Amino acid sequence: MLTIKDLRAGIEGKEILKGINLQINPGEVHAIMGPNGSGKSTLASVLAGKEDYEVTGGSVEFMGKNLLELSPEERAGEGLFLSFQYPVEIPGLSTTNFMKTAVNEIRKYRGQEELDAVSFLKMMKEKMALVEIDQAMLSRSLNEGFSGGEKKRNEIFQMAMLEPKLAILDETDSGLDIDAIRIVANGVNKLRNSENAVLCVTHYQRLLNYIVPDYVHVLYNGRIVKSGTKELALELEEKGYDFIKTMAV
Amino acid sequence: MDTITYFKKRFEELQAHPVDGHIKSIRDSAFAEFSQTGIPTVKHEEWKYTRINDFFSKDYHFSTDIKEQQLTAQDLAPFQIPGHEDANLVVFVNGHFNRELSHTRSEELEILSLQEAAGHEKYAPIVKEHLGHSADYHRDGVNALNTAFIQEGVFVHVFRSKEASHPIYLYNVTDARRGNIFAQPRCLIHVAENAKVQIVETYITLGADESFTNQVIEVAVEQDAIFDLYKIQNDAPNSKLVSTTHVHQTGKSIANVVTVSLNGGLIRNNLNMVMSAEYCEANLFGLYLGDQHSHMDNHTVVDNRKPNCLSNELYKGVLNGNATGVFNGKIFVRQDAQKTNAYQSNRNILLSDNASVNTKPQLEIFADDVKCSHGCTVGRLDEEALFYMRSRGISEKAATALLLHGFAQDILEKIQHVTTREFVEQLVADKLHL
Repeated sequence: MLTIKDLRAGIEGKEILKGINLQINPGEVHAIMGPNGSGKSTLASVLAGKEDYEVTGGSVEFMGKNLLELSPEERAGEGLFLSFQYPVEIPGLSTTNFMKTAVNEIRKYRGQEELDAVSFLKMMKEKMALVEIDQAMLSRSLNEGFSGGEKKRNEIFQMAMLEPKLAILDETDSGLDIDAIRIVANGVNKLRNSENAVLCVTHYQRLLNYIVPDYVHVLYNGRIVKSGTKELALELEEKGYDFIKTMAV
Repeated sequence: MDTITYFKKRFEELQAHPVDGHIKSIRDSAFAEFSQTGIPTVKHEEWKYTRINDFFSKDYHFSTDIKEQQLTAQDLAPFQIPGHEDANLVVFVNGHFNRELSHTRSEELEILSLQEAAGHEKYAPIVKEHLGHSADYHRDGVNALNTAFIQEGVFVHVFRSKEASHPIYLYNVTDARRGNIFAQPRCLIHVAENAKVQIVETYITLGADESFTNQVIEVAVEQDAIFDLYKIQNDAPNSKLVSTTHVHQTGKSIANVVTVSLNGGLIRNNLNMVMSAEYCEANLFGLYLGDQHSHMDNHTVVDNRKPNCLSNELYKGVLNGNATGVFNGKIFVRQDAQKTNAYQSNRNILLSDNASVNTKPQLEIFADDVKCSHGCTVGRLDEEALFYMRSRGISEKAATALLLHGFAQDILEKIQHVTTREFVEQLVADKLHL
């Protein structure tokens, strides 16, 4: 589904990703862990197509296409989804209207007909239940004045609406209490199936208690320095990132 | 012939027509003012960014020339605002009150010509008390020029303790189908104690020649009255407009003015809110969406003269192409006006390298126990927000439109007359290509 080969990228001339290799197949959950500044969020942003970052080498293939040639909206159309670490507040635009536009733009991209109002509302109702979100919140301006937990639930709600093939969760647990993490993780787990995949970018192991990864990769200084199974996350939690640092030298 | 000499000649001609004594005296003093100052140039501090004097070097018809009005209801039909069949209509054509096209539907108000009101037993004192007060805030010739040539203005009186059952739709039409035209509509609106009225106004230029509308509306909002004014400016690129709205409030009255500028060659709004008694509330909201070569200028004054008044002001602008925006907001808090709450904000988004905005918020406070704030921002469209929306599959164009619509929304929602709000929302959506 996603094949990253020797990906190099940076910002304002400073190289941050220094040759990433990663293969994700349908049905898998991958976690990328690493200390602050290791390049985790950069990787998520580069995959989603953020223009601030410059790709200087390597390739990314997604669903058989060269991902790096696609605009952010085309990537979404192909089935890529990024749950933002800091979801943006947009005054004057309700989540409902935002999602109506997004769902239909993606359907248009895929050559499907637009959803009529009734089908759209039915779909919304189903997905709202997944992340314990209510109608009132969806009528409010997108993310404006939302708590940290509400913002992240709203991200997962959007993920549910757009049914991506690959969801990248960027620090989805940051700033959440344990109840909020559980709600968000439950939402993600209910959306998992054999056709889609999740890439979980996180600093702490705790989210991985709820979204259990098949593979864990440790990112350090722009490279994946160690890969393993979920036990690796526990080992990291126990020994701290210093253990990786000594290993990487 | 220079402008002052030209208008002096016209002013002399005007003397041949009989007029009410009070109107004559304010006309005379206004003309004396005009002949000293003339049309302001960009050297005038209040007109630094807005050049209007060019128009007067061209050939044009002055509205006093055009006595017969050839405009029909069919001519007006394409420009009618939705809901007009259920509204009171006041139509100005080339600055003259057109009775045939106007229509009073509500029993709670009366619409007369200014001349009639000035000779009316009940209304003469109101005319005497309120006509011409906008001049206190505008010593620049333009306001004086309108006052000097008052002829067929309109007087509206909303009866005491009555709520107008229908809004008033005010159309300012200039007929530029046969040459350039300079028109000066004039209104005096009196909202009596505890009365309530909504006014929706728009500007329409017919034809391809140039139009210049120099409009003055003066409003007196009495104790406990509520006055809403929605100014919709969506005129042709060959139009120029100077629109002066002067609202004088007395105790516990509420005045809401929403100005939406969408199209037009040059737009200059002067809006004054004078809070002359305790516990007045004024809300001033504005939205301007400029593109191509349009020029949109909003000058506002909020004058707090007495204690315990509240004013909220928010103006938002989006400028694209070669458009220019100007915002100049003054808040005065007089020495008497303790416990004033006055808020002002101006926010702008520039979409192109050639678009510009000049913004100048000003506070002058002479009282010590007040809460006041002012501020302005000029920025680009939020890149983070754009990327966020695009990452959800929304094209850059659609995302831009949605963001701008969201930006405009908190102004549009201040339009409380639902039919008008929906109409304006559609105009804004069309303009943003939503």
